[in-house]
Amino acid sequence: MSGLNLTVRVHPVVLFQVVDAFERRNADSHRVIGTLLGSVDKGVVEVTNCFCVPHKEHDDQVEAELSYALDMYDLNRKVNANENVVGWWATGNEVTNHSSVIHEYYARECNNPVHLTVDTSLQSGRMGLRAYICIQLGVPGGKTGCMFTPIPVELTSYEPETFGLKLLQKTVTVSPAHRPKTVAPMLDLAQISEAATKLQSLLDLILKYVDDVIAHKVTPDNAVGRQLLDLIHSVPHMTHEQFTQMFNANVRDLLMVITLSQLIKTQLQLNEKLTFLPTA
Amino acid sequence: MANRGGRHARNEDSENTINYVQCDGLAVMKMIKHCHEESSNMDLAQGALLGLVVDKCLEITNCFPFPKSGDETMDEEMYQLTVMRRLRRVNVDHLHVGWYQSSDVGNSLSLALLESQYHYQTSIEESVVVVYDTQKSSRGFLCLKAYRLTPQAIQMYKDGDFTPEAFRTLKVGYESLFAEIPIVIKNSPLTNIMMSELNELLPEDKGHNFLDLGTASVLENHMRSLIERVDELYQEAVRYNKYQQVVFKQDTEKHRALAKLAAENAVRTSKGEPTVPEEEVIKQFRPMPVPARLTATITSGQINTHAQHIAQFCSQSLAKLFITESLQNAKETKEIK
Repeated sequence: MSGLNLTVRVHPVVLFQVVDAFERRNADSHRVIGTLLGSVDKGVVEVTNCFCVPHKEHDDQVEAELSYALDMYDLNRKVNANENVVGWWATGNEVTNHSSVIHEYYARECNNPVHLTVDTSLQSGRMGLRAYICIQLGVPGGKTGCMFTPIPVELTSYEPETFGLKLLQKTVTVSPAHRPKTVAPMLDLAQISEAATKLQSLLDLILKYVDDVIAHKVTPDNAVGRQLLDLIHSVPHMTHEQFTQMFNANVRDLLMVITLSQLIKTQLQLNEKLTFLPTA
Repeated sequence: MANRGGRHARNEDSENTINYVQCDGLAVMKMIKHCHEESSNMDLAQGALLGLVVDKCLEITNCFPFPKSGDETMDEEMYQLTVMRRLRRVNVDHLHVGWYQSSDVGNSLSLALLESQYHYQTSIEESVVVVYDTQKSSRGFLCLKAYRLTPQAIQMYKDGDFTPEAFRTLKVGYESLFAEIPIVIKNSPLTNIMMSELNELLPEDKGHNFLDLGTASVLENHMRSLIERVDELYQEAVRYNKYQQVVFKQDTEKHRALAKLAAENAVRTSKGEPTVPEEEVIKQFRPMPVPARLTATITSGQINTHAQHIAQFCSQSLAKLFITESLQNAKETKEIK
């Protein structure tokens, strides 16, 4: 089985963990390795978790604490029984000789392990994310070896994870150099108003594009035009009466619920004040 | 609401207060993942928070989940110690600074939470409990709140005395059981680089579910929980009223018996016989046990948080409705033309 049609889907948690492990590495290590946990299903490897494994690399041999890895895997199984070992990860941007040794070990742990590299050394100015599997090559009966072949990597996440990621990404914007930027979980209304501002700016962009096309400053693109048409038609078609009815009914419900809940709150506070009055 | 909690924390006059909690992105993502995976079961997801204390700030740098309580093969303490020892090998902060719990529809303030947080806060001075609201976060609003017990609440719990007098003397109300501490999230520069890479990989059209207009199901859930809590509070109030009535009746009977005794004694002294001491009569009326007010206070606190959640939900739904109104107006003016 060549396994060449495997894709790897990575959850954001895994990458956060990898970066954190790299930041906490021992002073004398250049790279960090660890185990990938997840599940395999029909040619897609979904990586949902990972942990770091202490290891030391010398010129010609690698020492990794395999019992540690087994222990952590067992402990994790107690929390989540669905996660199996699906491969291993390493920081750095290339696959070294040591990698094949480590890969052999992981091949004993699971079927066709996946190797993920996260380039924390930022060569070529980006943090590259690559995945490999090991393909046997050579002449049968003669010398065989294995080659690390790249396979496609995608990002996937549960819905709450997407929301969390969107909030966390606010720290990426430029901040004063000596103070890292922090962000707090937002109140609901603030989030809506932010989304409204973002919508407005996106609409401005689209309007500018359309104006440019009309003024012949930009060549029109049919695909974009079709999508714009879809966008406009996606607004549901409602008569004025239908809309006002729906709008008023919803607003009435919401206002009534708000009034009731505030009434309950006030009554609770009143009750509280009464219990604190000194008894006659 | 977060500001009010912050002011409470700062106005306290104990030395070791935590003004705010700083959470690493890694801990946030791990909490989200664990709570989301456990949300399909009915159990609460719980785990430990690891980090360190810096001045008035509690930094949370990592976390790990607890196994489900049904699995008895390993003692919970053993599990925690083993995991923490393993994490220490890879240089993760191993100071246990608190715990986190998932909550459904905001009914997080329970007796169990109070007890656990009391145990944590007595053993580790600065611990917090972080509550993650699964329902709200799956709708698109990430909801993480950190709570600590106020010193008065700790004092009351230590005494084990939940009578109304204790509540009055310590001035503990349902609002001053827990103090909410503001949370901020911080990421290291390398993590920021990683996230800008992720930004390109992440599809652009995901993550906008919070603009959904459907309000009925959420409102129904909230109202149902609110009604249940109010019923509970009503039961507590009825119990307390009954107790007060019994005490009143007992008092009047005691007065009547004492008056009778005084009259009897007057008769006896006139006849020259020893008087019956008052203690004997009083002994007949044993004082009624005062009902504990703890559950009532907790229920009031729950109702309060429910009301706050509902207010927040309604405010953002109203905002979304008004946005659609402007869209509809634009569409209508276009059609009229």
